[in-house]
Order: sequence, then C-alpha cells, then structure tokens
Amino acid sequence: MTAPKSTVGEVKLSCRNVWKIYGDRPGAYFDGTNGNVGDNAAAHAQKIRDAGDIVASANVSFDVHVGEIFVIMGLSGSGKSTIVRCLSRLVEPTAGEILFNGQNLLTQSKQELINFRRHKMGMVFQNFGLMPHLNVLDNVAFPLELQGVPLKERQAKAQKVIDLVELTGRETSFPRELSGGQQQRVGIARSLAVEPELWFLDEPFSALDPLIRRQMQDEFLRIQSELRKSIVFITHDFLEALRIADRMAIMRDGEVVQIGRPVDLILNPADDYVREFTNDVPSEMVLTAGDIVQPGAQATPGLQAVDATTSLATLLPLLAANEDGIAVQGPGETTLGVIKARDVISALADTKGGRLEAAQ
Amino acid sequence: MMRNGQPLIWGGLAAITLALYVFAAQFPFLVSFPDTWVASPTDAMNRWMNGFVDTFGPAFKAVGWLLEWPIWAAQGLLGILPWSVTTIFLVVLGYAASGWRLALFVALSLLYMAGIGFWDESMNSLAIVLISVPMALAVGFGFGVWGAYSERAKRVIMPMLDLLQTIPAFAYLLPILILFGFGTTVGLVASILYAFPPMVRNTILGLRAVPPEITEAGLISGATPSQLFWKVRLPAAQAQMLLGVNQTTMASLSMVIIASIIGGTNDIGWEVLSTIRKAQFGESLLVGFVIALIAMVLDRITYGFATKDRAQGRNRNALRLWGITAGAMIVTGLLSLLIPALHTWPDALVFDPAPQMNEALEYVVINGRETIDTIKNSAFFFIMLPIKIGLSKAVSPFTWGFALSPPIIAGYALIVAGVAAWAFVRGRATLASLIVLGSVFLFIGLTNVPWVALFTTLICASYIIAGRGLAIGTACALLFLIVAGIWPQTVLSLYLCGVGVLICFTFGTAIGIWASESRVVSAIVRPIIDTLQTMPLFVILIPFVMVFKIGEFTAVLAVIAYAIVPAIRYTEHGLRNLPPAVTEAAEAIGATRTQMLFKVKLPLALPAIMLGLNQTIIYAIGMLVIAALVGTNGLGQQIYIGLGDGDFGVGMTAGIGMAVIAMIADRMTQAISKRKQEEFGVSSDII
Repeated sequence: MTAPKSTVGEVKLSCRNVWKIYGDRPGAYFDGTNGNVGDNAAAHAQKIRDAGDIVASANVSFDVHVGEIFVIMGLSGSGKSTIVRCLSRLVEPTAGEILFNGQNLLTQSKQELINFRRHKMGMVFQNFGLMPHLNVLDNVAFPLELQGVPLKERQAKAQKVIDLVELTGRETSFPRELSGGQQQRVGIARSLAVEPELWFLDEPFSALDPLIRRQMQDEFLRIQSELRKSIVFITHDFLEALRIADRMAIMRDGEVVQIGRPVDLILNPADDYVREFTNDVPSEMVLTAGDIVQPGAQATPGLQAVDATTSLATLLPLLAANEDGIAVQGPGETTLGVIKARDVISALADTKGGRLEAAQ
Repeated sequence: MMRNGQPLIWGGLAAITLALYVFAAQFPFLVSFPDTWVASPTDAMNRWMNGFVDTFGPAFKAVGWLLEWPIWAAQGLLGILPWSVTTIFLVVLGYAASGWRLALFVALSLLYMAGIGFWDESMNSLAIVLISVPMALAVGFGFGVWGAYSERAKRVIMPMLDLLQTIPAFAYLLPILILFGFGTTVGLVASILYAFPPMVRNTILGLRAVPPEITEAGLISGATPSQLFWKVRLPAAQAQMLLGVNQTTMASLSMVIIASIIGGTNDIGWEVLSTIRKAQFGESLLVGFVIALIAMVLDRITYGFATKDRAQGRNRNALRLWGITAGAMIVTGLLSLLIPALHTWPDALVFDPAPQMNEALEYVVINGRETIDTIKNSAFFFIMLPIKIGLSKAVSPFTWGFALSPPIIAGYALIVAGVAAWAFVRGRATLASLIVLGSVFLFIGLTNVPWVALFTTLICASYIIAGRGLAIGTACALLFLIVAGIWPQTVLSLYLCGVGVLICFTFGTAIGIWASESRVVSAIVRPIIDTLQTMPLFVILIPFVMVFKIGEFTAVLAVIAYAIVPAIRYTEHGLRNLPPAVTEAAEAIGATRTQMLFKVKLPLALPAIMLGLNQTIIYAIGMLVIAALVGTNGLGQQIYIGLGDGDFGVGMTAGIGMAVIAMIADRMTQAISKRKQEEFGVSSDII
C-alpha cells in the first residue's frame, strides 16, 4: 500500500553485526571480532547455544534511511524487542556496532548517551509506560522536564504534540482515566515531544483492540507523513507490517531471516518460515499495478490512468468499469503499459499457487 | 516427599510414644529431659550484656539523651496547644485525607478523648508516635531502597525483618531498657525498631514492581540515574510505599502502647494497664476505647492519604483549605486565652460513666455467674485440660462425671482403632496413622508427652512438609529450647497457642466460607474484623478479663479474638478470587452449590487458606505474649518475668524461643501453601 520510495535517502541508523548473548562470560565468544564472525554466523550462534548460553540477537545488520519506516517483524521470543533495546542501549549489546549518522553509539560515554537519548530519540512502548502520577500534559512534557526546559516552554511544546495526536482537551486527565488508544496517543506524543530524529515503536498497537489498532495505524501514518522521522517499528503482526512498512526485516531465534520491501518478501520468501506468513496475505493488498503491468504495451489514448504504486485492491473496481483496461504510469507520468482484467486474474491465480516468479 | 512412607512414620511414632509412656519408669531420661543435661545460657547472656553495657552503655545513654529532646518538644507542643486548636487541625487533616465522614469521625473521637478526661495522656502517646513514625520511615526507606536495588542486600535484609517481626514485642523492650535506661526513649526506640520493617517491605515491593516499561521510558527520555530514581521510580512506587506508611504508623502506635508497660510515662497505655491491674474495669474499658479510637483515626487518615485519588484537582484548593485552617487555628488559639474552656477541657464537663459501668458489670457477673462458670468450666474441662494434661488425667468423676476405668480406656482405644481402620479401608493410610498418633497424644496430654516423642514428631513433620532444610532447622531450634532449659514453658506455650489456633482455624475458616457465599454475612463480618485488626493488643484483653477474670481461659479467648481475623480474611479472599474460568466451567458442567464449594472452590483456595493459617499462628503467638499479663504460664510469662526483674538472659532466651517457634510454624505453613500453589499452577498474590 505504502509507496516504496524510489529515491532512498541517506542512512540514518545502521546496525552492524549486533549480538546479544546472555551467559556468564558472553564477551568471550567475540574476542577481537566485534561481532563480525564472517559468513558462518548461524553456526557461531548454534555453538553458543550448545554451550548453554542464550542468544537473544545473532549477527543482526540493517540500515534505516532518513524518513523511512523500517519494520522488524517476528513472533514472540524472536529477539525483535531485544534488538530495538540494543539500538537505544536499554540493553547493552554483547558485540557489534550501532552507527547513528556514522557515529558508533556503543562507544559513547554515559553522559553522551544521556544527551543522545534526550535529543535524538523517542520511543513508544507496548504497554504505554506512562507515569501513573502525572497527567497527560506533564507526561508529555516529562522528557523536556528531565532536560531542564523551563515550565512555560515545555508546556507549550507538549501542547503542540498533544494537538498533533488529537488529544486536545484531555491535558489534565490521568493515564488511568484514559482508554488504551488514548493512553498510546499520550505515549506517542511523549516520544515526539523532544522532536527526535529517530523514532522507535515497540509493538505500539499490540495491546489495543483490532478496530482501535487500525485507527491508530492510520493515525501513525498521518503523523509520519507530516514529520518524516526515521522509524524502527516492531510488530508481531504481519498485516500491520505490510500496511506501514517501507522496508521490513523478519526475525527468528534472534537472527534476521529476510530483509526487503513487503512485496519482495511476498513474492520471494527466503524460506518456508517467511512463506508461512505470506500465505495468509491477500495478494491484492500487496501487489501493485507496477508489479504486474506488461512493459512496452502502448496505451490507447483516453484510457484512465493510475500510478504504478496503486494496489490491485484499488485497481479492481476500476477494471470492472473499464473493459479496455487501465493505463499505468511510472515516475514523471511516463506510461509504463496497460493492465487488463485478465492480467490481474492471472497474477492473482499465480501468487495463490505460489508459482509466480519474481516480478520486478 | 516420601508420601508413601508417611503411614509408617506416624504409626511408628504413635507406638514409640505409647511405649515410652508405659515404660516411663525404665527410661526416665527419654520422658522428661534430665536437669543435668540443661545448660542454660541465661548467665552467659547476662554476663555478655553486662560487659556490653559497661563498654557501650554511655554511648547508648547519650543517644537516648538526644532522642529525648524531640519527644520532649512534641509532648510540649501537644501539651501547650489548646485542645480546640489540635482538634481543628486533626479534623481538617481527616477531611483532606478522605472527606466529611472521616472528619466527623475524627471530631467525635477527639471529643470523646477530651470528654472523658484523658486528653493529656492521649496527646503524650500521640507525641511519641509522631516522633517515631518519621524516624521509622527514614530507616525503613533507606533499607528498602538498598534492598530494592541489590539482590544480595535483600537476602540479608529479609530474614532480619522476619526476626524483628517475630520476636515478641515485650522481648524487644528488655535490651532497650537495659541499654537506654528508664524513660520515654525506650518506647521511642522500641517503636522505631518494631515499626520500620513494614516500610522496608513496602519500599522493596513498590520499587521492584515498577513496570520495566516505565523505567525504560524514563531512560529513553534521557534520565540521569538520580532523575530516574527521584522522578520515575519513586513516584511510580508511591502508592505501595504509602501503604507502608500506614502499616508503620499502626505498628508504631501498638508498640508505644505496649512500651508503656515499663511505666514512668503518663500516657494512655499506662492508664489502661494500671486500671486493669486495679480491677477498675469500667475505667479500663473507657481508656481502652481511647486507644482504639486513636488507632482507628491514625489508620483511616494514613490509609486515606495512601489510597487518595490523586486525579482530583488539588494544589490550589488544598492551599486554600490549609490557609483557612491555619487562620481558624490561630483565632481559636487566641480565643482560648480569653475562654479557658477552649484551652483545657473543663472538669465540670468531664463525663465519667465508669462507676455505672462497673455496677452494670457487677450485676451481669453476679447474676450470670452460673452461665459464665458453665462456659468457662466446660471449655476448660472438655477442651483445654485434655489437650494440656491428657484424657488420662483430665477425665475424673469431678470433671467428666465418670472415672477413667480400664473398660473406658479400652473403649477409647476401640473407637480410635475403628475410625483409623475406616480411614485405612478408604485408602487413606496417612490419615489413619495421623488419627492414631493424635489420639495417643490426646490421651497422654501435650505437656506429658515424652520429649523424645514430641521432638521426633516435629522434626518428621518439618521433613515431610518442607524437606531436609527445615528439618535440620527445626532440630536445631528444638535443641536450643530444650538445652536452654525452657522446654516445659515451650510446651505450655505450644499448648495455649495450639488450642487458640485450632479454634481460630475451625471457626475462622467456617465464617470465611460463609462470608464468601453470603453478601450479608460478609458485610457484617468485614467491619468487625477490620476493627479487631486495628485494635491494640491490650485493648482486646479488657472485655474478656472483665467477664472471665484472669486465667488461661481468658488468655485463649483473647488469642482467638485477635488471631481469628486472618483465618476469616484469607479464606473469604481466597474463595472470592478464584479464576472465573474455573468456576464457570464447573457451573457449566452442572455442579451444585455444595459441589462447587467442596469440590472446586475449597481445594483451589487451599493455598490462600494455608496463608491464613500461617498468619493466624503468627498472630496467636504475638497475642500469647500479651496474654501472659493475665496469668498464663509459658514463654510469655518468662519474658514478662525477665522484663520485671531486668533479667536480660531469662527474657531474651524466652523471646528467642518464641521467635523460633513462630519461624518454624511460618516456614511449615508457607511450604504447604507454596506446594499447593505449584500443584495448581496458580500464584496467590494475596492481599
């Protein structure tokens, strides 16, 4: 659904060979390698497990670009929460590098880290993590209070984000007086109050009812379209990941199984584990006009045209009304080709059977 | 653990006990512990204490001298302030804590104190509480924070708290008395020591229960370590810690009252004691009621602040309220200079119904003598004596109406054998063997059971219930008790406590079940047990002493009145808070109300009920020591003697003895509860 950006911005945050091992002397497994154990990372992880220690993250590497929503998806126990905590050093990684604008966060001193957290990052938690003793306004202003921002200024700033998440009027309410959805709006507002460059969301909507969850996802996308933060978003819900991700990583047992755009994952699952998730996904939600258009076909003038990023779900009713097909346009309004009803039917039939070969 | 061996163990013990009883003459040293084996530690302890006092005495005296200042100041302040001014302040405090009803209650309570002429004594007691609570809170907070952050510290602190809370209150007083010398400081120090543990527990609990997401949210916002503590952890743990403040305040008051036993203080506890001693029951009841009122006022106010809904708009309103209050206090204070009645409650208005109460009581006691005696005697002859000295001695023509002739003994044996056989046939061999063992003990009497038999029984029980660790602990503890030469007193205490706990548990569980099934009963029972629990121990004694005079029976009644509370509370709570999925499932299968109760609810509530038993035992032991005041033998009396003579060794040995018994009982019942919880896969974070 969401447009994969054709032009990718520069890298904001980079996670390089990050390991988190729980054991007596976890560092001993990485003497001198700093996590870069070469191609045999899986074997190395297995060796550690065999020694009786717990591998929470194994050789995790990925980049998050400026303005990108990067989703980490995995079932519970797959290590996704650990990795997002490693990124913010709430959990200290055993080995690896975390580069923010090219600078390694893991070598920062305590004071540098505190400053970094105060000004550069915001985080939203699954169970909200609101301060029970503070009202909405004070909760949102809390990070600013820690920085020592004067009362008037921080309240003005907090008010701005409260308005952004549409909680205006609830400033003096206390967390327990709010519904789950409203509490998470407070959580979101608080994480945005410091105007962070990096925005971490750890299963922010998992504790909410399905209907509210949907609403909050839309809300989140709206906010992101205004603010263009660099985002790491954790979820165990594959459909949620599809809805919001620019790119996503699937994790299992602490390892990253596959990274790519949602459509890449669906069309080219790396293994059966990934395929398990993709099976349930309605293809019309994922495939876009650009994925199935036959290049080269001349568009008859007068045909209705859509953008290449339009999903098939949106395309279907249009096709029903236009027997001659729909023209597909790429960047700069260049016509890529024409799609007819039959193309859509055969593409859907092929993906259902799992036989569709890579469609770029 | 060794379930299959149990029938053999218990049966064997029964046989050994009986054999030792019959052949007592051949093995006297196995029946009663020989005096020559006793090595009493009291002299050594006294010598050590003397040495300690010689060296450190002046330091303690200096600290005591320092501590007298704040007491003196607080007592002076509360003494100088006109009663009207203090009343206004406390009433508004009640209002701020939880509204008009509490304010009214506080007002009536204070009017009562002034009205019956015990204002000064009440304020003297209150002053010590006011000084001791902040100190206890500071100490408790310090240890609590330490224990919350360091697992190792917690492992040291927790057993220390157990010890402080299980050593009987009287036993505390002794070393403090010796170290600090007579004076109000003793009460202060004792109440700090007694009152700080709840604060530690609640601080640890509160700080550790802060959800990790909240601390993480603090860290992510860039909190420095000190910001994380003061701005995140502490406020998030606030509710739990305020409950700690409530418990600390109550503990402090109860110790301040108990400490007045050493005398020399013109406070309300002393007033109660001396009136009890002078057999002025009307007076003692009136004064006892003052203590109960102080307790309830302090409890409701601190509890009100602890559970207060902080969401309500505050600051500005509160500021205005206290502004007006301060004004009213100053105006009243000035007025009291003109109108003496506002300063000191006029003697003419003192209301003293004590003489009438005494007359009424006399009337009841004289006219109801027969009923009272019947109750007392039947309880004594048919329950207490048999357990104490055994059916073999208790049954006589004078008490039971017949002598214990050989045919009757044979009949008893037959009945026991019959019941045991029935249990055995039903496949409950362990129960059968326990019935036999119990019957043998009942026949011989707890105080006459050969020490070897009782010793072995207790160790076997610890082993079966909680494994080798506790068995070793029990063995060491028993060895201490017997070698220290306080075994006879220990058995007497076990007997009194056992009778009390037995009755408490039977009736308490029954009432708890009833209350869980009936809303009406619950609504009636709850305020009663709430009141009993906030009542200082002395006060509970008063009505029983009034009607039944002093003696073991009165002591047992007082123990029951106090210790039945947890039995009721935990049973009801356990039954009412079962997972609804289970009860719904049983209901869907078609369980009747009786089946539901006996086949589903009670078994599942067993962990909670066992925790209730645990608390009942601890409460009973606590009350037992106080009950020594009304003439019981046993360890409580020893402590009391030690206190009276200033004999550190005697009092401390008995005090440690009590604590040791309490701890073993505690571990055993905890172990049962825990095992049941594990079997059911439930956790019970009760109350």
